[in-house]
Amino acid sequence: MSSVISLTDIRRVFIMGDQQFEALKGVSFDIASGEFVAIMGASGSGKSTCMNILGCLDLPTSGRYLLDGIDVGGISTDQLADIRNKKLGFVFQGFNLLARTAAIENVELPLVYAGFHSKERRQQALLAMEQVGLAGKENNHPSQLSGGQQQRVAIARALVNNPAVILADEPTGNLDSSTTEEIMGLFTALNRQGITIIMVTHEHDVAAYAGRQITFKDGRIISDSQTGRTV
Amino acid sequence: MDFLQTLKIALRALRTNKMRSFLTMLGIIIGIAAVIAMMAVGTGASYVISQQIASIGSNIILVVPGSTTSGGLRTGSGGAQTLSSDDSKAIMTECPSVAYAAGTVRTSGQIVSGNMNWSSVVMGGTPELFEIREWPVVSGRPISQEDENGAVKVCLLGQTVAENLFGSADPVGNIIRIKKIPFTVIGILDRKGQSPQGQDQDDAVFVPLRTAQRNLVRSQRTGIVSAIIVKAKSEEQIDKAESEIQALLTQRHRISNVKEPDFSTRNLSEILAVAEKSSKAMSLLLGAVASISLIVGGIGIMNIMLVSVTERTREIGIRMAIGAKKNDILLQFMTEAVLLTMLGGLIGIALGAGGATAVSRMLDWPTMISFQSIAIAFVFSGAVGIFFGFYPAKKAAGLNPIDALRYE
Repeated sequence: MSSVISLTDIRRVFIMGDQQFEALKGVSFDIASGEFVAIMGASGSGKSTCMNILGCLDLPTSGRYLLDGIDVGGISTDQLADIRNKKLGFVFQGFNLLARTAAIENVELPLVYAGFHSKERRQQALLAMEQVGLAGKENNHPSQLSGGQQQRVAIARALVNNPAVILADEPTGNLDSSTTEEIMGLFTALNRQGITIIMVTHEHDVAAYAGRQITFKDGRIISDSQTGRTV
Repeated sequence: MDFLQTLKIALRALRTNKMRSFLTMLGIIIGIAAVIAMMAVGTGASYVISQQIASIGSNIILVVPGSTTSGGLRTGSGGAQTLSSDDSKAIMTECPSVAYAAGTVRTSGQIVSGNMNWSSVVMGGTPELFEIREWPVVSGRPISQEDENGAVKVCLLGQTVAENLFGSADPVGNIIRIKKIPFTVIGILDRKGQSPQGQDQDDAVFVPLRTAQRNLVRSQRTGIVSAIIVKAKSEEQIDKAESEIQALLTQRHRISNVKEPDFSTRNLSEILAVAEKSSKAMSLLLGAVASISLIVGGIGIMNIMLVSVTERTREIGIRMAIGAKKNDILLQFMTEAVLLTMLGGLIGIALGAGGATAVSRMLDWPTMISFQSIAIAFVFSGAVGIFFGFYPAKKAAGLNPIDALRYE
């Protein structure tokens, strides 16, 4: 299997005043296309920093990050924005949908910045809405949708540009247990269709849905185990 | 991202906070309305002045007699009867910078036609007078040199006089009596309107100079005129013509004491040019005062845009995470600011134009809304948006996506 993500000795140092804080102390791992990976760890373990780097929202201080064959080191912020737009899909804990904006328009947003025409945008967005089981809710505003439905809209938005990887940051953190099951079921189904998913979580039962668990502690990986549920 | 989409997003953002958007626009609305109204009043005033200048005729110098002293009493300016028809002819033939000169006398009297009568000014003048004043006849014929030479009893009527004596009927060919002397109406003069002093220039009757001198005015000597109106060949030659006239008359009147001549010259267009200049300066000043309120409005826009950027930090973070580039964010907030000011500008233009029209109707002030002032106001309102929207937009575009996403 070809690897879609390849991290080699990634370090990230934050400088606060005259203090240095090394959040990542040399992290290396590869993720193959089609994997479903859970990144785990206590807060302050470096998992969020790692997620930001994976998401091209932040750049490592040193090390090499290849995303879908592209070396993400040393490129401009606008190029990073372009990579986020074309290669990645984000799902956040707090859904992060635009308020007072119809669900379908939220889903279309990545395509707007990618420069698609409105007809094409609408077509792809409808398809993504269908994929997450929200057909018919296109014109509802986020405030008219339940938490689970909002997260589905967010997942549709992450899917719409056919990204190489979907990054989910505590996607069930704001959801009750039955909705959590529902969302994790959706992730599993999408993964079965061949979509690569990387998910940050600190809940073991949520992490159990993933085929591989990478655990962080103090800026280092302390375990990387296959749970046997690979596709 | 295409412009239409940017516009749509900006419109939605403005619609979300309708009241706030309106209040923010209010500063621009008031500023632009004030600029438009002030410029309308200003250009209206200078238009009236330039109309009046045109109604007098261009490049005109007025020669009037000086004062005289008799028995210890000094008359005012123009009191002496020192200017003659011959002076007028001499000015025309001997001063190289002069195009035309016309001697005039002026009196007033009751004018009677049938059972109608009307009191008006009666002017005697040589045919050149109408060239100088650029005042054609609209019906009938002008006063000819033969009328002048033969002192024929013919007259031209100003529009006001014609209306009051004949109503809508054609006066040409009719006989009227001026101071009981019968005159044939040979023509009607074009409408002139108000003079710079506010007199109705159309309320006058014109007769040949010699006719007036013989029949209508009394003077110590024959051939006396009460003023000579001179037209210089060009605007540049006005000053030259004035000094030529002064030299010629000083010589002709044998004036030994140059400090006390028996005549004086006045350059009319100069006086009016000054009036026009001051009215222009006034409208510029009004415009400047009004544009201060525009700047205040602009600061209001900047303030609200900064608040809006802070409020929407999370939205900016989401957009950035999803793939918006710095320029996309910059453009989005700039569009919002410019949309605010341009909308405000449009409303302001409508209000200002309406206000100016209302003022001109109610107070009978001349106002003029030029296309130019509307274009300037519109462009200026857009410029205010760009100028005051840039800093907040720059701030938004410079946000770090990670921090922006975490912003509560």
